[in-house]
Amino acid sequence: MPDPAASNGHPQPSEVMLEFKDVELGFDQHLVLRGVSFRLHRGETKVVFGVAGSGKSVMLKLALGLLQPDHGTITVLGQDITGMAEQELYQLRRNIGMVFQESALFDSLTVEENVAFRLVEEHVSPEEIRERVTEALRFVELEHTLEKFPAQLSGGMRRRVAIARAIITHPEIILYDSPTGGLDPITSTTIVELLIKQRDVYQTSALMVTHRLQDGFTMATHCYDKEKGQMVPVKEGRENTRTSFLILRDGKVIFDGSGQELARSTDEYIREYIS
Amino acid sequence: MPFVDPEEAIKERVLAVQEYSQLSGEAVANLFRKPRYVADMLTQADFIGVGSLPIVILTGLSIGAVLALQTSSTLQQFGVTTLTGQLVSFSMIKEIGPVLTSLMLAGRAATGMASELGSMKVTEQIDAMRALGTDPIKKLITPRVVATVVMLFFLSIISDLFGLFGGYIVAVSLLGISTRQYWTSTYQQLQFADVFQGLIKPFFFGLIISTVGCYYGFSTKGGTQGVGRSTTQAMVAASVLILIFDFFITRFMIGVFGR
Repeated sequence: MPDPAASNGHPQPSEVMLEFKDVELGFDQHLVLRGVSFRLHRGETKVVFGVAGSGKSVMLKLALGLLQPDHGTITVLGQDITGMAEQELYQLRRNIGMVFQESALFDSLTVEENVAFRLVEEHVSPEEIRERVTEALRFVELEHTLEKFPAQLSGGMRRRVAIARAIITHPEIILYDSPTGGLDPITSTTIVELLIKQRDVYQTSALMVTHRLQDGFTMATHCYDKEKGQMVPVKEGRENTRTSFLILRDGKVIFDGSGQELARSTDEYIREYIS
Repeated sequence: MPFVDPEEAIKERVLAVQEYSQLSGEAVANLFRKPRYVADMLTQADFIGVGSLPIVILTGLSIGAVLALQTSSTLQQFGVTTLTGQLVSFSMIKEIGPVLTSLMLAGRAATGMASELGSMKVTEQIDAMRALGTDPIKKLITPRVVATVVMLFFLSIISDLFGLFGGYIVAVSLLGISTRQYWTSTYQQLQFADVFQGLIKPFFFGLIISTVGCYYGFSTKGGTQGVGRSTTQAMVAASVLILIFDFFITRFMIGVFGR
């Protein structure tokens, strides 16, 4: 029986926002994901680590219904999306934000039109669109780029516009696909700070795929200070419990737990990976 | 060069036909589903229709003129050069107008669609659109199909008219045929079946150009090289399909109307 709290679009605090159960997916007789199972709770940020080709990005596309698993079930916001019709998925995706690896901004549209895309599709009034676009762009500190095209922006700015586009409708879940991939360390820190701000200000659940350990650990050890307007380290000995870690190896989950559990892990591969 | 398994090759072709049919069917079915992207249709109509006008006019004029020249030399042997107008109008309206206009549009619009959508595909913009809750077939393909079918219909008519005009210039200035003789012979023998045949073809050719262009764009793989490959394939496939369908439509029309 479906969860009534989920069906009305208002999941409860401890509720599972996203669940993978024994998910398998293969391409050309090669299994990319093998029996992947995990849960993402409301307000939680799960950082997914793994080397290139371990199936991280595929996992995000599955969570969004852009791909369908060969085996297993995926539940998003209380709805089983396995085998769900594309038309139904379009409705569900309106509650999920996605930041693609290479931003995937529409290059023939301006920054304003990119960020406003979903609102235009929902026939929101032009005045409200302008207001909300400015608000979203102010969040990523790019409100001066409204009229620019993506090609006129730097890689880091494009990534920030992609974040603005993903958060404009205040989605329940945000999926980040290597949000700092290919960026310099300073820009990467700016992006991670934005993700922390989004997490702490809007309490959004997020799945963040990355191969940069530093980004994941910063997510777990920093919080956003509204008064200072920047991220600050959490107090000594107190880890931010809303950030957990998941490690994929050859399409299998070899670790799913908190940062403290990760630090205590005795698994040889994990020790080597995080060292 | 690696050996290609014939079974795999056949399976790939069958799969491609299946995917093409599904995509085309969905694009057409979307006409009856909301939302309808009217603004996108108008933008595409402007690009496909208005943008193709110069090349269509030029092609029509030159083919009409050449037709008049070529046919007149044969007709001269029988002393009936006054029938030049009739031959130009028959050829232009029934066959060359729609086919040549479609081939021109395949070169301009099908390649444009394949490269634009292909670039969007390889940069994950199509996935981003799906992720934002928008059906890319409805937003990107259906407007292109509608715009191409509608605009090709009018472009073919324009091409026919300019073809007749091109023939007229040659007939009057080089062949010594009078204006009255030329225009009388162009429409005297023309019947409903001839005009109908010339107007029904652009409908099918428009469908072919837009769906083939969009299909190759959507199935692009492998970065910028893949975009280039899709663009070429779209042009070749659309042109070949136009020529094949032209034969069958013509045969069908002759069967129905007897001419």
